[in-house]
Amino acid sequence: MITSAAAAVPHGHTHRDDVGSRMGMWLFLFTELILFGGMFVVYAVYRFDHPAEFELGAKELDTLIGTINTMVLLTSSLTVAMSITAIQQGKKRLSLLLVGITILLALMFLVNKYFEWHHKFESGLYPQSPELLNKPPGEILYFGLYFVMTGLHALHVIIGAIVLAVMMVFIQRGSINKDSYVKLEAGALYWHLVDIIWIFLFPLFYLIH
Amino acid sequence: MTEHEHQHGAEAHVVSYGRYVLIWLGLVGLTGATVALAGIDLGRWVIMTALTIASIKGLLVLNEFMHLKFEDRVFRIFALVAGVVLLIFITLTFFDYAFH
Repeated sequence: MITSAAAAVPHGHTHRDDVGSRMGMWLFLFTELILFGGMFVVYAVYRFDHPAEFELGAKELDTLIGTINTMVLLTSSLTVAMSITAIQQGKKRLSLLLVGITILLALMFLVNKYFEWHHKFESGLYPQSPELLNKPPGEILYFGLYFVMTGLHALHVIIGAIVLAVMMVFIQRGSINKDSYVKLEAGALYWHLVDIIWIFLFPLFYLIH
Repeated sequence: MTEHEHQHGAEAHVVSYGRYVLIWLGLVGLTGATVALAGIDLGRWVIMTALTIASIKGLLVLNEFMHLKFEDRVFRIFALVAGVVLLIFITLTFFDYAFH
């Protein structure tokens, strides 16, 4: 399962530090973790204050669409992870296909999110809406956090999809190839982080009722 | 590796498609479990079970999909520090909050 590709790299090649590149990406991901982490702290405190109202809020979300979107993101993490194996084996077209499927799954997630938000807006639930402001304070907080946290997450999905589209161009042009694919690894790391954030958002907003 | 090998981190870890699919099946199974458990009234254990399952899923993604288990030990130490910092944030916030 573990092979050494190092011997294949000719001596005197341009200097490259893949571990350093990946570490830079991981450090960036930690800042993302703290960004969302701060919001999770806010969620925890307000939930502690208004447990019953958070439960009422959670009942208004569609668990089915949330579950489908969880499966979509988990599958997209699978395909982007497999794209790295493909490029390591020199299968350029397969790698392109797998990254392409990942982007399609990202779009599917966003379409579901659009319908979900649209449905909420139509039933009068959006920030500062009269309908929402008539609700008890805990529910206003719940929906405020729901829109901000899933909104920021959706923004990350959009950015991740764009990053992966750029990776497809790199693979096509050959600057990501069998011997040098750290860029694709960095893009995939970002995508997996977006998945992990959702893994925590999903139960906290959809399942706790 | 030759003795002339200077390149840091050139050692590639090729994970089989089968292993990735297995991990994905585990993640899908855990999602099913957490949705099923949400339908049962577990009282005060609702949050604990949901967060435990989410943490297991997160660790699977970190270790398997993100290759954390293949990286140098310093990556895991960094990840641990980041996690502990977040935990301290949450704990201190609640200490402050509880004694207001």
